[in-house]
Amino acid sequence: MSDLILEVRDLVVDIPVATGMLHPVQSISFDVTRGETLCIVGESGCGKSLTSLAVMDLLPGTASRTASVLKLDDEDLQSAGERRMTDIRGNKMAMIFQEPMTSLNPAYTIGNQLEEALLRHKQVSGAEARERAIYLLEKVGITAAASRLTQYPHQLSGGLRQRVMIAMALMCGPDLIIADEPTTALDVTIQAQILHLLADLQKEFNMGMILITHDLGVVARVADRVAVMYAGQIVETGTAKQVFENPTHPYTQGLLECIPIPGKTERGAPLGSIPGIVPSLVGDLPGCHFADRCPHVMDACRSGQVDLRPSFEDGHVFRCLLTPDQSAANLKKGAA
Amino acid sequence: MLKYILKRLGVAFMVALTVSVITFSLIYVSGDPAVALAGEAASNDEIEHIRKSYGYDRPIPVQYMDWLGRALQGDLGRSHYLKEDISDVILTRLPNTLILAGCAIAFALILSIPLGVAAAIRPNSLIDRFALTLAVVGQALPSFWFALIMMFFLGIQLRWLPISRVETWQGFIMPSIALGYYVTPGVMRLTRAGMLEVLQSDYIRTAKAKGLRPMVVLFKHALRNAIIPVVSLAAVQFGFMLGGSIVIESIFAINGLGFLAWETIQRGDLPMMQAIVLVLSLFYIVITFLADMLNAFLDPRIRVT
Ligand SMILES: Nc1ncnc2c1ncn2[C@@H]1O[C@H](COP(=O)(O)OP(=O)(O)O)[C@@H](O)[C@H]1O
Ligand SMILES: [Mg+2]
Repeated sequence: MSDLILEVRDLVVDIPVATGMLHPVQSISFDVTRGETLCIVGESGCGKSLTSLAVMDLLPGTASRTASVLKLDDEDLQSAGERRMTDIRGNKMAMIFQEPMTSLNPAYTIGNQLEEALLRHKQVSGAEARERAIYLLEKVGITAAASRLTQYPHQLSGGLRQRVMIAMALMCGPDLIIADEPTTALDVTIQAQILHLLADLQKEFNMGMILITHDLGVVARVADRVAVMYAGQIVETGTAKQVFENPTHPYTQGLLECIPIPGKTERGAPLGSIPGIVPSLVGDLPGCHFADRCPHVMDACRSGQVDLRPSFEDGHVFRCLLTPDQSAANLKKGAA
Repeated sequence: MLKYILKRLGVAFMVALTVSVITFSLIYVSGDPAVALAGEAASNDEIEHIRKSYGYDRPIPVQYMDWLGRALQGDLGRSHYLKEDISDVILTRLPNTLILAGCAIAFALILSIPLGVAAAIRPNSLIDRFALTLAVVGQALPSFWFALIMMFFLGIQLRWLPISRVETWQGFIMPSIALGYYVTPGVMRLTRAGMLEVLQSDYIRTAKAKGLRPMVVLFKHALRNAIIPVVSLAAVQFGFMLGGSIVIESIFAINGLGFLAWETIQRGDLPMMQAIVLVLSLFYIVITFLADMLNAFLDPRIRVT
């Protein structure tokens, strides 16, 4: 099996809205390989959730998806029918959502909901499913796992419910796990715990992981690669080291302003605040999407299309008219 | 769970007690029962005699306890008008009403829940519009009118179904549809609204993310939650049908409790009226209790704390 688990090229999501066509995801490309964690960061509303839902083929009603390549384990997801997708979802790729309080069905026990994931996809007995559920509940750090199986979601705290969600995602031993801001709704004190738990499990089970998070401290710690999204586009991507040490897009630089030394960021540090708001993504938006908020904006930024360009090192690209050197110089000036 | 059952039982008991007090006092709402019984031409002596022989001269709490004690043993007294034991009359009429209401609610649920679900799966689709039309028509049509239309076409023109005097199961078809149809819109719209909301919920997204089959998502995960408010509504409507089938029972000449109530009111037969109210109220209480139990079964948040 190839090491490449997920291959995404030119992923586009469109949603018709009252005022026209919304373009929340505009030609996004990325890969996830086995054992690798890709962190997607960016402000609220820049299309992170829709990107992950598009990969899962779980987009909301009217949203539509296109891509030039969308492959999981070398299988084309675009030509896979809905029936095939139900075989893939929960089995080869699993997702953990932002809202643990409401993501479990209130009518069924934890055990029922854990076991049904495995029973749906694998030829196992009820007893085996139960065993696996207990094993994974222990893995995600839940004590008295066996007795939890008969409990209902409302009897568990948010943190415990998210651990259950993580265990549920792992039931079938997926190749890819997508975690969309899995800790945003949780108590600050347990956010880092859960994120580190996820990172540990990802390494232990050698999965590919897409982690969407606001916690830049955790990104610095667990990400192999980082994709910075802004207004429906990836504006900078590279290895975590490349992006943290040499942020070349003005937006990334803004985000990282509160992290002077990579890897030593305070836990739970919020995204740096950049003045201005994200532009509307309804209709065509010419030029650089960040132009209105960019401290280094030029006339040329407001027309045409700004493409990704190589930064200093291989695999590090950013979407800007500035050269890497100019960008680096700007960063120095800002810091001084 | 046990605590919840006991609590609900307690409530049911209190309601039953209250109902019994109110029902008992029905005897006194239209004035002196002895005078009412004796008739207008009666002399004072006759009235006093009746008062004594029926026990109306005793203190009211004593009369109540006496009445309640007998009622608990199944003795609801005698109908002055029919010269029969009230329990016997009610027992012969009750099955017809129970069958009618039972068939009517079954018809309503079998029609409205699948329609509500189908409408929710595809909002604004053809089936959704059809369901909406049915609901609007159902709410606009008085049930007696609907019953008459059905009688005319199915009974008189096509001669498919008997139009009155139920002796066979066919006789129950039209009355059940007429009675049940009236309930359909409410149940259907509640099912549709509940399903629409539940289908948008995060746990349905989770179920889909697990790769569960669409039918499992729909029925195991969505309907189970969406049906909970429907149970309560159906229970209320079922209780309503038991007592509210007067019109339908009259039209189809079904010898049920509703028809009996109507006759009884015309006759001014107070003890019979009292008994009918009591029996219907008790059924209502039992139905409500059963609905609570069903909801507790469906929703663990009620039963497990
Ligand atoms: N169902 C929807 N209908 C219309 N617009 C939507 C819908 N879902 C998301 N959007 C819009 O798409 C954009 C991207 O959303 P999302 O991917 O959820 O952002 P993020 O996860 O990065 O916060 C937002 O502007 C949001 O308002
Ligand atoms: Mg989001």
